Amino acid sequence: MEVQKTALYNFHKNLGAKFVPFAGYQMPIQYSAGIVKEHISTRTFAGFFDVSHMGQFFLEGDNTLINALEKIIPADLKSLKLNHSKYSFLLNDNGGIIDDLIITKIRKGFCIILNAACKDNDVKEISKYLSKDHKYFINSNLSLIALQGPKSVEILEKLTPGVSNLKFMTGDTFSLEGEDFYITRSGYTGEDGFEISISNNKVEKLINFLIENKVQPIGLGARDTLRLEAGLCLYGHDLNEKTNPIEANLKWAIAKRRREEGGFNGWKKIKELIAKGSEKKRVGILPEGRIIARENTKVFSEQGEEIGLITSGTFGPSINASVAMGYINSKFTETGTKIQLEIRGKKHGGKVSELPFFKKSYVKQ
Amino acid sequence: MSEKKFSKKHEWVSIEGDIATVGITKHATELLGDIVFVEVPESGKTVEKNGQAAVVESTKAASDVYSPISGETIEGNKLIVDDPGNVNSDPEGASWFFKIKMKDKSEFDGLMTEADYVKFIAENPS
Repeated sequence: MEVQKTALYNFHKNLGAKFVPFAGYQMPIQYSAGIVKEHISTRTFAGFFDVSHMGQFFLEGDNTLINALEKIIPADLKSLKLNHSKYSFLLNDNGGIIDDLIITKIRKGFCIILNAACKDNDVKEISKYLSKDHKYFINSNLSLIALQGPKSVEILEKLTPGVSNLKFMTGDTFSLEGEDFYITRSGYTGEDGFEISISNNKVEKLINFLIENKVQPIGLGARDTLRLEAGLCLYGHDLNEKTNPIEANLKWAIAKRRREEGGFNGWKKIKELIAKGSEKKRVGILPEGRIIARENTKVFSEQGEEIGLITSGTFGPSINASVAMGYINSKFTETGTKIQLEIRGKKHGGKVSELPFFKKSYVKQ
Repeated sequence: MSEKKFSKKHEWVSIEGDIATVGITKHATELLGDIVFVEVPESGKTVEKNGQAAVVESTKAASDVYSPISGETIEGNKLIVDDPGNVNSDPEGASWFFKIKMKDKSEFDGLMTEADYVKFIAENPS
């Protein structure tokens, strides 16, 4: 596969980015400041992230579009208001997660933000439910910029007056030099912030404005430490086709009406799991000391019984501690339960923790 | 202390009598990024030449630190265990990893000089 680049590749290069291949793209893992400083500046001021590798998938159609999408997405799309967004998934017949996503109701239909590594397969899976009356396309003429951190609103308001009126998980159309672009108040860091969908031609303008306002560029490295402190899942690590939303502790993302009425892939399985409970569950884990429990670290009970596996682990710069999450046997998921982690052949202590590790500061009602 | 010598795995060594001090190079810390965890050997551990002796983890990944010298460890550096960020700020000074009682001093002589190491990293950028 040919390695792809986002419209900002050269811009990142000039900012001192170190690149890594990620989901078929050359993406900045960090800039000259480094992961910890990038992380802290996002939490204390603001940072911008180029996430243009993600799929911006647009669907248009009549009322039958909602019925089609509700077969694979367990969100309540019927009552999703214009310019409102929901976190949801694509589900397979077994209730396994094909991808996690954010779906937004826009004037002509829906916009779904898909994970870069999954987007081609997602389009294939979704299109199985669509008919010739539905139009769908990934718009690769658009870049996607996340602006995250406590100063985001104050800074973006200067460029696009009115963004401060948006609540968490809502969006609207704004304009820059006569060109419309779409902003939602959302993100992947636990901070207040925005995701800005803007044409590849205008994106450098936006970034230059952010840099003039001292917003730091943030790479994938800090994106990972930020989302993990916020307890947010990373697809392909914390979620995959073999995990379902119930064991992933994401029941909240399945709308109440949908849980009762069903009519989506894997509903039977999910209904059964809601009633009986799942065998394993995703939890936060705090390792003792500074040792890092990375993906695939085995988890044991205090008695030495193997009870699960870590799916993400790193050092959390804002809480100054090692953080992890993983799936463990539901008998051991109570907060504070002591567990053991096998790292480089030795057992290390740890405990089950509530998520998030770092308190979110979303701007809700 | 003696001059510093260097290994291809980006460790530095300096000696005083039959005691070698081992750390990781500035270049290694630049490759690793922010260091957030360090594990150093306890005293009295036997290490082989090029054997795994310590662990360093950055926000990106875990890496082993090898001992370019064989012998018996006499001390691990507490300073970097308690505050791993010290390795980034002073990798070739106060942030040494461990000290070792050398078995064979000729192993030190076989390592790269600073000039050789600079050339080595220029030719092998990562």
